[in-house]
Amino acid sequence: MTNPPAAWIRSIGLIGPGMSDWPACAAILLGKAEWQPEKTVLNAPDQLPPAERRRAVRVVKLALGIGLQATTAAGVDPSGFATVFSSSGGDGVNCHQICETLASDDRQISPTRFHNSVHNAAAGYWGIATGATAASAVLCAYDASFGAGLLEALVQVQVEREPCLLLAYDADYPEPLRAARPIPDAFGVALLLTPEREAESCGRIAASLTDAPADTLPDSALDALRCTIPAARSLPLLAAIAGRRTGRMVLDYLDHARLAVDYAA
Amino acid sequence: MHPLLISAYTASSCIGRGLEPLREAMIAGRSGLKPCDFETVALQTWIGEVEGTDDERLPVALARFDCRNNRLAQLGLLQDGFADAVRAAMSRYGADRVGLFLGTSTSGILETELAYRRRAPDTGALPADFNYAGTHNTFSLADFVQHWFGLKGPAVVVSSACSSSAKVFASAARMIASGLIDAALVGGVDSLCLTTLYGFNSLELTSSQACRPFDRARDGISIGEGAAFALVERTGDPLPPDAILLLGYGESSDAYHMSSPHPEGRGARQAMEAALARAGLTARDIDYINLHGTATPSNDAAEGKAVTGLFGDATPCSSTKGATGHTLGAAGGIEAVIAALAIRDGFIPAGAGTTDPEAGLDYVLASRHQTVRRVLSNSFGFGGTNCSLILGCPS
Repeated sequence: MTNPPAAWIRSIGLIGPGMSDWPACAAILLGKAEWQPEKTVLNAPDQLPPAERRRAVRVVKLALGIGLQATTAAGVDPSGFATVFSSSGGDGVNCHQICETLASDDRQISPTRFHNSVHNAAAGYWGIATGATAASAVLCAYDASFGAGLLEALVQVQVEREPCLLLAYDADYPEPLRAARPIPDAFGVALLLTPEREAESCGRIAASLTDAPADTLPDSALDALRCTIPAARSLPLLAAIAGRRTGRMVLDYLDHARLAVDYAA
Repeated sequence: MHPLLISAYTASSCIGRGLEPLREAMIAGRSGLKPCDFETVALQTWIGEVEGTDDERLPVALARFDCRNNRLAQLGLLQDGFADAVRAAMSRYGADRVGLFLGTSTSGILETELAYRRRAPDTGALPADFNYAGTHNTFSLADFVQHWFGLKGPAVVVSSACSSSAKVFASAARMIASGLIDAALVGGVDSLCLTTLYGFNSLELTSSQACRPFDRARDGISIGEGAAFALVERTGDPLPPDAILLLGYGESSDAYHMSSPHPEGRGARQAMEAALARAGLTARDIDYINLHGTATPSNDAAEGKAVTGLFGDATPCSSTKGATGHTLGAAGGIEAVIAALAIRDGFIPAGAGTTDPEAGLDYVLASRHQTVRRVLSNSFGFGGTNCSLILGCPS
């Protein structure tokens, strides 16, 4: 049996409801700050050219926001990394507008809406904003999207022996799709993963499949966030990292399996 | 990389179901495209439709997944004994040791497009029978196939537009190398829907006739649909001499524009170079290039520059999208299967639809019978996502 895929965590980016960045989230997870779940604030980053800034939809702002937080926190050039983008859906508002137009008497959808509808829109804008020309894997596994992205990123680091930036993010749909897919708000987390320990590494993780049930969070409001936004399935791991708490976390993944993540602070 | 065995493969498209009609069409230069008569679509364009897709009946227990895309997936799985090969692998390795990596761009979004015509007049609500997770969601394809087989390993959809089902080979190869799985079911399924037909039309990227890849008069794509699957596993010892191998993959990002390729084909060249490097090969080792060749003026121009820059003008190449249409998230998978057929049966596929190819390439108009040992297959997509695969036989 080979070793499970593993990597060192160099830095973290995070945006969510009432959480503007990773330090704010870490303080909440440690109980040092009270969580005020205000609506997630998303901004198009300055790195995008003006035309792309205007065209950027919410998932694009979210993904670029968390990715740039992670690379800025590490003090590294974002153009240098292979990336894994994992999201349970594309941009909900954009999708709704396309479906509404296609159901109307005039089906001519806008070209910008169409190119924003691809699942890899955020990866495309990331390349344009940062100049990153390395490989980018763009994944979806519905509620398992964080786990699927984490596995792909850890496998890449283990096999290619190169750093990899994981970006897991989800945003809400407007009605009427919201009733069918009730994601309450936008949440995203980026992990910059490296094959070797670096001076500022915040621990090492290794992942494997398990039948054990997923960990929950002691705070019921935070646990509701974990359960309702796929990217927030990462929160038990993030809580361990925030507290530098070595141990095994079980994260929600597919119907038939969870992810056992061993964290060493 | 260590080569991987492609132990079973199948593809269905507008050409027909399974390998035999595809092989025959690639040799004859036959196209399956026709003027668009899909659903209520009123566009002057041609499509590649898989006949009988909507006649496919899903198992009752999987009714929640019922949509055109998953019907097409099942139709594809049932060809060429492929499903039996997957079940044999599951019993050989264990259901939890077989990973699932499938590509799609639009999954079952057609169901949502149709549901939006049936919204409640008072509340705007979608009809009660609409199932988002089973149909529309991008993961629906892998979720369906996983339940169809009872697979218990890692499962994911790769959705990077038109490179999706090429990139699944890369993700699967890495996960096999990591030791997390022993084999992988890879492939891609994309089906006709209004979003892509009207979307590509809005970008003025669809042709009003059957597409003509790399033709000097090319004027856009013909959208197709299709399902392609392959079973990838570690090579045994000794290798059978007729084995089909995945020798390399290369991935890159253009970092240039959302819907236009880098004009010099920078990302395309980077992906091809990476695939050659990973396979330990040089350009001279490639016997045939299956081009991405969508038939838009800018895509083919950029790819042509990249290919000429790396290979010169001596390597036979063609795009098979004049036969199958551009099957988007299924294209990389279908073209990997075409590469496997070219190696297995010793032919270079005809570039159907093209009569007056661009100069500077050995663009193959009529198929050639010759030994084919290694094929490079290109798949590039919106957002500047690029993937090149190299398939070959044991050296």
